Amino acid sequence: MPAIVRKLLLCSALFLTLPLFSQDIASLEKRIQVRKLNNGLTVILMERKEAPVFSFYTFVDAGSAQDPKGKTGLAHMFEHMAFKGTDTIGTTNYEEEKVVLAEIEKAYAAYIAERDKRVGQDKQKLAELEKQWKDLIEKADKYVIRNQFGQFVEENGAVGMNASTSEDETTYYYSMPANRLELWAYLESERFLEPVMREFYKERDVVFEERRMRVDSNPIGRLIEQFESAAFMAHPYGIAGIGWPFDLHTFSATDARAFFDKYYVPSNMTVAVVGDLEFDKTWPIIEKYFGRLPNRPKPDEALTTEPPQNSEREVVLKETAQPVYIEGYHRPDYLSEDDLVYDAISDVVSNGRTSRLYRSLVRDKRIALQAGGFSGMPGSKYPHLFAFYAIPTPGHTPDEMKTALRAEIERLKNEDVTDDELQMVKTRAKASLIRSLGNNPGLAAQLATFQARFGDWRELFHQVEKIEKVTKADIRRVANQTFTDTNRTVGVIESTRMAGARPPQGAPAAQPQQPQQ
Amino acid sequence: MTKRILTLFLAAFSAIALNAQTSTSGTKPVPVPDKTKQAPEQTQTQNSEISRITIPPLPEFRPQMPKRIVLSNGMVVFLQENHELPVIGATMRFRGGSTLEPAAKIGLTDVYGAVWRTGGTKKRTGDQLDDFLEARAAKIETGATDDSTSIAFNCLKQDFNDVFTAYQELLFQPEFREDKVALIKHQIAGGISRRNDDVDEISGREAAKLAYGPNSPYARQAEYATIAAVTRQDLIDWHAKYANPTNAILGVYGDFEPAQMEKTIRDAFEKWPKGRKAPEPAGQISPAKPEVYFIPKEDVDQSSVQMVALGIKRDNPDYFAVSVMNEVLSGGFASRLISNLRSKLGLAYSVGGGVGSDFDHVGMQDYAMSTKSASTKDAIVGLKKELNDLITQPPTPEEMKRAKDSILNSFVFNFDSKQKVLMEQMRYEFYGFPSDYLERYRSAIEKVTSDDVARVAKKYVHPDQLAILVVGNSGEIGDQLTSLGQVKTIDITIPPPPGESGTGSTAKK
Repeated sequence: MPAIVRKLLLCSALFLTLPLFSQDIASLEKRIQVRKLNNGLTVILMERKEAPVFSFYTFVDAGSAQDPKGKTGLAHMFEHMAFKGTDTIGTTNYEEEKVVLAEIEKAYAAYIAERDKRVGQDKQKLAELEKQWKDLIEKADKYVIRNQFGQFVEENGAVGMNASTSEDETTYYYSMPANRLELWAYLESERFLEPVMREFYKERDVVFEERRMRVDSNPIGRLIEQFESAAFMAHPYGIAGIGWPFDLHTFSATDARAFFDKYYVPSNMTVAVVGDLEFDKTWPIIEKYFGRLPNRPKPDEALTTEPPQNSEREVVLKETAQPVYIEGYHRPDYLSEDDLVYDAISDVVSNGRTSRLYRSLVRDKRIALQAGGFSGMPGSKYPHLFAFYAIPTPGHTPDEMKTALRAEIERLKNEDVTDDELQMVKTRAKASLIRSLGNNPGLAAQLATFQARFGDWRELFHQVEKIEKVTKADIRRVANQTFTDTNRTVGVIESTRMAGARPPQGAPAAQPQQPQQ
Repeated sequence: MTKRILTLFLAAFSAIALNAQTSTSGTKPVPVPDKTKQAPEQTQTQNSEISRITIPPLPEFRPQMPKRIVLSNGMVVFLQENHELPVIGATMRFRGGSTLEPAAKIGLTDVYGAVWRTGGTKKRTGDQLDDFLEARAAKIETGATDDSTSIAFNCLKQDFNDVFTAYQELLFQPEFREDKVALIKHQIAGGISRRNDDVDEISGREAAKLAYGPNSPYARQAEYATIAAVTRQDLIDWHAKYANPTNAILGVYGDFEPAQMEKTIRDAFEKWPKGRKAPEPAGQISPAKPEVYFIPKEDVDQSSVQMVALGIKRDNPDYFAVSVMNEVLSGGFASRLISNLRSKLGLAYSVGGGVGSDFDHVGMQDYAMSTKSASTKDAIVGLKKELNDLITQPPTPEEMKRAKDSILNSFVFNFDSKQKVLMEQMRYEFYGFPSDYLERYRSAIEKVTSDDVARVAKKYVHPDQLAILVVGNSGEIGDQLTSLGQVKTIDITIPPPPGESGTGSTAKK
């Protein structure tokens, strides 16, 4: 690129920085209010009157990393249960239903005790206990108004109703017409006031089907589960959030309710609402409904810290599927001073057609369909992995991916990134923030997440200012610190039926061509 | 193809993000804007707290319609100003997509849609264009679907002049350089080599072939040979034939003054010589016999079940009753399929389906679920029962209310952003639908009765006429399928590249 063009670019980028951001925070300040209710719940409201609708995002600061030992998958299981109703929603007679649900738990505990006897298990007794448990499930079924919670939400015009459980957090969200704000406040607070674990064991089957879909019947799912297990020996990040099969066949409704009681505490939750609302009218509604949630002690979140890795680890899956290569390096959590340096590295190696891995592995060497590098595997709240991956084109092997990725990693360690590359990172960070401000669901998610993660939604903007300060030396320093042999875990799918021993005609492989001018 | 792999790969990573809700397959009713309700509404429910909450009328809201202009060469332009963010963007859509590809060159528009952008312009290579755009965090992208191709941009307002210049260069002087033709062909071949790795990809693709016939323009697939046959000249010819103003619709949105933008657009496109509209696709549709089809995949423990037939066209007057029927059957948590097969029986995480519709051709009727190998037959029997019930047990008043309320109360989300309104208007223009289609949809939905739903269920849903496709583990499934009728095994072996007799995974074992 001619120097003059580069100079102009730099100017325009600088011009972009100053006015846009200070102005934007200032104008947003007027449209955003944050309050902590008496019970400890944090609520953020943002006025955005583009259309008579609003979106919300409930952020619970507990995820699969909080799953108890032997009960993996429980955080996600509770997320499913949060759609099953309460003592007032989803039941024809809660007083009677409650009694049967308690009987189910007793029967289930008896069944599990017999099932898991190491010595002296009585097969006939086991069958009887299983029948008693299942008969009670059928008995409870007659009190169920199936999916009434979802029905209330959907018939009132909600769209995008869903929830998600990650290693770090559990989130709930949908959008509604603006005239349903009070109804929403009732439903969303009611949901976490007295959730009832009805239809628990059938929903557990549903979750098991989800595991089959995402992990057991998916080659990449199988790889990731093994890869993460290899990378983390001590921290729960080594256990996939969906849960181990045995645990999914073992934990109880009692366990799920205990998880709720411990972690779904107002002081551990943040709710953001964005859309066509007015502060004066909305705060009393929020106080009235969400104020009902009882204040309980904030859970202890201390988890063990993964010890330093002192040897390279590798998992190799032999599959009939086509090959895949991934390698991960331990890095500190999102509060690290270097967090944005990692973001910059990720951007330089994998964002768009100018990125290093695209240009090297995909465009020039033609050995990969796709390649990238990213943080946040499998979460970011605790120390986690920065991972590089590449998907080979026909005829190319995981080993070739490894060699090509390592060459790019060595470049990061031994040479500075260019001025243009670093400037692109900064320009893109600003532009993508601007683009993200134009829709309610996205804003609600970002405000709730940054408020919960940093204690201040403004950090969303400060991050762009911080990335502005990242230097070439930072990138080299962090790359050298992180991308070392003993800090690495490798995951490979080797294909027992490699496609294309030779590439198809008209598609020559691995022969870089000179771009035509 | 590459995109598909990206999706797959990311989906696997987000095995950490575990959604509670199932996805229902492509039968989502198309929604619709809103005449503001004036009377206060009450939810009807036995929950006393809810019934105490009054729902005020939705505030008066008239979505801002884009300005429509027709240039002298026939090009239709929509301008949608929006000053919320300092961003400007546009999409130009041309009629004609993959359904017009010659049979020997399936995949031509995939190559075209990629190389149009990556191949650069007469003045700059695609790589130079990449550098230019990324330095501005701007995008210009091209692409192709079954019925159209498109070129779009999005940039910060301050970069509009530069980016719009590059956009015009790419539109008027694309170069389709050979190195990028070879690159994308190599990439697409990579996608072909991986197309049997994922159950859902297999199932979706093969189900469409059963519904439409394997050679129909709506189901046929690229092979190594058809991709290898595509040349740079094909791309140049395609562009010359279809990228003309008579065949185009342009939508511009963002932070601009309309009068000034209109002048910019006229200056750029008014002198573009007229061309011809793309023809209608002329493919034959030949659905498979309603039998049981099986594809063995031994590395899974869950069967994918899809039951398919033809659906309807969007302009069918029954579309509105069908939309309500689909909502009753699989729209949301309280629908029949989710309540009965997922929540009550615990048979599936993912279940859904309905009578699908497309704007310009008959859609697909598709009922799908994934279940553990051992309950494969239960799933099929369960789906069939629900379809029979749909015919014999028309929706109750409660079901009708739930279904219609869901559609009508969420109506405002059809036009809750200016860009959505623009995209809807471009879509109606493209398919020749009236610009007030959403209004018509809304009032038609309001009129649908339970009898209407019963009538369309009888007319379109024939549980015994569906082709049943199962992809799963033959050892684990055992003989469950034989009791359902004659089972035909589909061979999905990937035909080897031309000139190769077959090695590796492409060989028949």
